[in-house]
Amino acid sequence: MSTANTLTSIAELDQSRQARYAKRKFVNRVALTMSLTAMAFGLFWLCWILFETVRLGIDGLTLDTLTQMTPPPNDAGGLANAIYGSFLMVALATFVGTPIGVMAGIYLAEFDSKGWLASTTRFVNDILLSAPSIVIGLFVYAVIVTRFKSFSGYAGIASLALIVIPVVIRTTENMLQLVPPGLREAAYALGAPKWKVILSITLRAASSGVVTGILLAVARIAGETAPLLFTALSNQFWTSSLSEPMASLPVTIFKFAMSPYENWQKLAWAGVFIITIAVLGLNILARVLTRNKS
Amino acid sequence: MTTAVTTTEKTKISVKDLNFYYGKFHALKGINLEIPENKVTAFIGPSGCGKSTLLRVFNRMFELYPEQRAEGEIILDGENLLTSKKDVALLRAKVGMVFQKPTPFPMSIFDNIAFGVKLFESLNTSDMEERVEWALRKAALWTEVKDKLNQNGSSLSGGQQQRLCIARGIAIKPEVLLLDEPCSALDPISTAKVEELITELKSDYTVVIVTHNMQQAARCSDYTAYMYLGDLMEFGSTEQMFFKPMRKETEDYITGRFG
Repeated sequence: MSTANTLTSIAELDQSRQARYAKRKFVNRVALTMSLTAMAFGLFWLCWILFETVRLGIDGLTLDTLTQMTPPPNDAGGLANAIYGSFLMVALATFVGTPIGVMAGIYLAEFDSKGWLASTTRFVNDILLSAPSIVIGLFVYAVIVTRFKSFSGYAGIASLALIVIPVVIRTTENMLQLVPPGLREAAYALGAPKWKVILSITLRAASSGVVTGILLAVARIAGETAPLLFTALSNQFWTSSLSEPMASLPVTIFKFAMSPYENWQKLAWAGVFIITIAVLGLNILARVLTRNKS
Repeated sequence: MTTAVTTTEKTKISVKDLNFYYGKFHALKGINLEIPENKVTAFIGPSGCGKSTLLRVFNRMFELYPEQRAEGEIILDGENLLTSKKDVALLRAKVGMVFQKPTPFPMSIFDNIAFGVKLFESLNTSDMEERVEWALRKAALWTEVKDKLNQNGSSLSGGQQQRLCIARGIAIKPEVLLLDEPCSALDPISTAKVEELITELKSDYTVVIVTHNMQQAARCSDYTAYMYLGDLMEFGSTEQMFFKPMRKETEDYITGRFG
């Protein structure tokens, strides 16, 4: 009697397992199909953007694009001053923003991770991180441009640096927190002072992550238009003086792409191509650096 | 509850009425203990009994965490290190520590050793090379790494990394070496090498080792302390602890009937 009972229950159990398994397999298929579709959807647009950028950009890209100044409508010219302006402002904004961001990140991760000052800083930083860049542009306009009564490269650098800082703070803090506490303890156990532990051990252990954060911040400001519209404005001519209005790729693209002139539109596409390649390159570099880490 | 045992050896560290708190949690309850010089002392006991906590008081490691505090006296070379005005870095140069998990620094094998040495001594290149070789030889790692001193420390195997950490600890020539379960992440062969090393080290250093492995305590220690729930239950020579322990609890733990 009891044997028969066990037998039926084993058969039932088996049947219920099969049914459950079939259901799980179905759910698994549905989930897989959905995520593949989502991925294909994203990739489709990305590939299209890249394809169009290359198709239209290559057309306008000649040696002149890199060596000539931005032309008047319906005249030959290039983007040299815009490329130089973008490069200069992005480089200087990174140069200004990185040390501030890294040091603030070190403070948050190593000195006062639970205190009120740190949580306030973190909160403010989160707001700054998600602030629309046009707000930052208008702020710098009000604070710097109206005071000195001139659009300038300095104002452009200031607004770009304000975008860099929160990104670098966030990544530096996160990367430092990923450093295992055991590594810090081991360094302290040798009698190392705190600054030495941070500089030679934790920051070094987190270095590829921190550098990645900086590169991503650079990639982000390289394409920012709004904060430059109100600050550096633009300049038809070559200038290295930061106290004058300065041309930049995004603003030039904005201006040229909206124009009815064909040569300007072509140059706009060439500019889009250059920015896309630069940002793509930075992202790939960031990826390679993180991969080497793990 | 504690059983203070005075050994016939010369005492290196003596612990007097030590109480330790993690916030409100009373983790060590009135510990009295004398750790003999140039011997290996093992702390055994079930998880959470406070053996690692006790170890981390000896180099004031707990001070990194503001919610942890120690009360009582720990006399090292005639001075209470808990109230000492001396810089904690100087204490840690004297009392080295090796942790449970290998923690190679993100730098070359050579620099891993040189890092600690540079903190306290300014050696010229050849003296530094000599010191690094000496430390690596002591840690039985020299022959395995002598051709790749410029490689990153994390490129070594787990067992090699742990011996690198031991080499790093002895390179600054401490007097006491604290080992917090140094073999728990190692395979038996690496464990055997580290144990052999511990036995060799005691001629120059006072070694204190925390271990979960009873055989390890039996094999390489001279004195053993059995701890339970923050109390030091019994302390004596390893031979006596393993063959004729005075307390029933100790015997139960050592023979595996408890814990």
